[in-house]
Amino acid sequence: MLAATTKSDTRYELVVGMEVHVQLLTRSKMFCRCATDYAGAPPNTRVCPVCLGMPGTLPVINRDAVEATVKTGLALGCEIAETAVFARKNYTYPDLPKGYQISQFELPLCIHGRVDVDLPDGSTSPIRVRRVHLEEDTGRSVHEGGYSYVDLNRAGVPLMEIVTEADIHSAEQAYAFLTGLRSVLRYLGVSSGDMEKGAMRCEPNISVRTPEQKARGEYGAKVEVKNLNSFRAVRSAIEYEMRRQIDVLQSGGAVEQVNMGWDEERQRTVLQRTKESSDDYRYFPEPDLPPLALSRAWVDEIRAELPELPGAKRARYIRDWGLRPTEADALTGESLVACFFEGAVAAYGEEDGKPQRMANWITGELFRLIYADGEGQDLRQIADVRIAPAQLAALLALIDDKTINPNTGKKVLDIMYATGDDPQDIVAREGLAMVSDTSVIDEAVASILAANPAELARYRGGETKLFGFFMGQVMRATQGKADPNAARQRLQELLDEA
Amino acid sequence: MTHDKTAQDKRALHELTIHAALEGMRSGEFTSVQLTQALLDRIAAVDGNVKAYLRVTAEKALAQAEKADRRRAAGDDAPLLGAPLAIKDVLATSGVETTCGSRILQGFMPPYTATAVARLNDAGMVMLGKTNTDEFAMGSSTENSAFFTTHNPWDFDRVPGGSSGGSAAAVAADEALGALGTDTGGSVRQPAALCGVVGLKPSYGRVSRFGLIAYGSSLDQIGTLTKDVRDAALLLNVIAGSDPLDSTCLETPAPDYTAALTGDVRGLRIGLPDEYFIDGMQPEVEASVRQAVAELERLGAEVVRISLPNTDKALPVYYLAATAEASANLARYDGVRFGYSAGADSMFENIRRTRGEGFGAEVKRRIMLGTYALSAGYYDAYYLKAQQVRTLIKRDFEQAFTQVDVIAAPTSPTTAFRIGEKVDDPIQMYLTDIFTISANLAGVCAVSVPCGFDKANLPIGMQLIGPHLGEETILRAADAYERATDWQRHAPALTGRAS
Repeated sequence: MLAATTKSDTRYELVVGMEVHVQLLTRSKMFCRCATDYAGAPPNTRVCPVCLGMPGTLPVINRDAVEATVKTGLALGCEIAETAVFARKNYTYPDLPKGYQISQFELPLCIHGRVDVDLPDGSTSPIRVRRVHLEEDTGRSVHEGGYSYVDLNRAGVPLMEIVTEADIHSAEQAYAFLTGLRSVLRYLGVSSGDMEKGAMRCEPNISVRTPEQKARGEYGAKVEVKNLNSFRAVRSAIEYEMRRQIDVLQSGGAVEQVNMGWDEERQRTVLQRTKESSDDYRYFPEPDLPPLALSRAWVDEIRAELPELPGAKRARYIRDWGLRPTEADALTGESLVACFFEGAVAAYGEEDGKPQRMANWITGELFRLIYADGEGQDLRQIADVRIAPAQLAALLALIDDKTINPNTGKKVLDIMYATGDDPQDIVAREGLAMVSDTSVIDEAVASILAANPAELARYRGGETKLFGFFMGQVMRATQGKADPNAARQRLQELLDEA
Repeated sequence: MTHDKTAQDKRALHELTIHAALEGMRSGEFTSVQLTQALLDRIAAVDGNVKAYLRVTAEKALAQAEKADRRRAAGDDAPLLGAPLAIKDVLATSGVETTCGSRILQGFMPPYTATAVARLNDAGMVMLGKTNTDEFAMGSSTENSAFFTTHNPWDFDRVPGGSSGGSAAAVAADEALGALGTDTGGSVRQPAALCGVVGLKPSYGRVSRFGLIAYGSSLDQIGTLTKDVRDAALLLNVIAGSDPLDSTCLETPAPDYTAALTGDVRGLRIGLPDEYFIDGMQPEVEASVRQAVAELERLGAEVVRISLPNTDKALPVYYLAATAEASANLARYDGVRFGYSAGADSMFENIRRTRGEGFGAEVKRRIMLGTYALSAGYYDAYYLKAQQVRTLIKRDFEQAFTQVDVIAAPTSPTTAFRIGEKVDDPIQMYLTDIFTISANLAGVCAVSVPCGFDKANLPIGMQLIGPHLGEETILRAADAYERATDWQRHAPALTGRAS
């Protein structure tokens, strides 16, 4: 790993613009009727003459893909074009069937958006979105044993490209932007956003510049990094590139404008083989697709149907329910988590700090169980846990009415997670109800004091920190069921009796 | 040399028009199998010299004819039931090799059929075979076919025009009752004029381009080659109309074009553009066209002198716009998925060699031209400028059609030229399309009808250009002219130096 930025780095400003490609969750491909469910399918089984680029075939625009892009554009605060134009991006590669990719160049679907990114330190930075456009994915090339193979199942899958302005100035910002973007995409239901499955691909353009350059409105030479398979990798790559570029500049060199790849194992960027030809894509308007008119009425309909987005939810949790920002963040990152939380609050109640208590239980205990479940760190699994939001609310109610104490509550939650049973049933079945019967507690306290005369003498001699020891013994003797407040009170009385 | 078909009491089956043949089959005079066999016999007899067909699908044709006869016996009277037609080889035909006249597509069997052809099939067509074309429809003489040159039935020493030269020659030589061609810059009308048949290029978007193997996508349009105007209307009736597979195909419903053939042109305003009667054109062509316009005037039309001021820019605009699109359209021929593959050892080497060996010189020339026009630093000066001037050309027509209903002009500045005459001079070859290109750039419709012969007994064509979706008007005018004259009744003698 790289060392954190050193003092001399303050001479340089990091400038990053982000290109994010997002596979859309449409049922069919961008320009034909082939299914998009190619994951695990044998090669070249999700293909037709159109996505194979066979002569004489023509593209037809997938309306759902356009809708998903408009949705995303609206969610990112973009203006939606009244007329959008598709263009041909020309380059040669065996996994690009037509020898050009249908993309957008001038007149993309969405322009001029803005995302406000909240950072862990509590600050917010605005990142402008230059454009959101729609294009088609390529196939995949496999090079094996001296042969090259082409699988065109992925060719023509709708791909949305989101391009930011060069407004990102730290790896943390980039990380927060991407996390927030993925969250929005999932809220909208337009993409799985799974980076490791290639459904979301991020390519940062990284450069550094001196304050003098900045004053003159100039930028340093930028390096585009590809092959980043996780947000963590994006963050590491930006940190690495910044360090590398600064080192080059400080040793009197010049940064070359190149494409680099990320080597995850060695945690460094490596120069990608220079392309056969320079990047002249010879864009021109796609003559097979007339300009796409987007009626204002349709755009307004889509706008009206937008769900509440993570930022708005977070603000509402803080404003209406008094949540702390940390929990509000943790609960709104995934729409499925927010949905669970809101269901649980609905069953539990909004009064007396209940939402915050519920938030603590979900982000603390429930997340712990999900993370420990072997399926990785994906909180979307909350949709599949056996605990219903109302059951979690019932558990908290049992704690509130002192049927069980909070520690027992954790035990009950573990059982609920494993069985899906109601907390009331578990408490009854396992005999976990809290004991507040004073005679039982009195008896337990008396026998503990009798069994530990040495500790009692030391306590009475002034070693009051032994109170904890006695309290532990009492709880153990009651199998944790004693009402801790009642136990504490009685213990104090008896200890102080002498 | 010319013999008059009416001199015979009864025409031979292969000499019939489509509508006459349909009448004959309806009345039970003959069957589609008999008609199809007559055409196959005709092909066998003359195509060795004409070389209109790249491939004759005799077995399939007879099977289709039998099916048509069964359908008719069962009471079906589909609009083209049993009519034997030819299809230009740039239109995809499922299960029938489709090459575009190119080595790079040799052996290519498309698993789909062009919408226009599928509609002809549904209407009962019998497909006789696939006709020769300049490679990827790039050319004006069929000399750019990778396989052979088609000979003009009026003089075998001469070209039939192109790129739909195979289709035009097949119809002219009675080797098909009618045919489909494609027209990107005149490729239906110019060979129609040079072969003495009727060639219709519908408005852009009137006929689906699905399955038309693209050359210049914003210009390509499927058209018809027929023995008379009524047959053109009959075929257009079947192939016109919207298609969910082609987003550039118009939703506007297609009317019954035969209903427009009233023979009445009284009050029709015909524009004669100054820019279409120029120095350097063959005097007999100008004389014939002017005489034809006079004939329309005699029939009651009004003739108006008009101007299409940007006409002189049409050729350069076309050779930037069409080639730019072609450079992308032809990028898919990489030897990876279909067609010819050179079998080189490395990935990119195979693409290079496949294209190097698979494409002919003219195709390579146009790919390079188009690539250049789109390249960084040249885009504004070439591609973009061409698009801007294209808009001006379009406006010329819009302006003209506020004054007139139809524009009359020569189809080609000369009659059929000799094989080999222009093959080494691309500019001279390009100039043969000087009168036809503007209609494609403007997206309007146009038809070429026979209007006379030159001293060498080579046919001359008059072009009638109409506004966008003005097919009914130009067909009405062309039909009225045809009724008043007898040029279409002349048949070629099929002589000359046979190949």
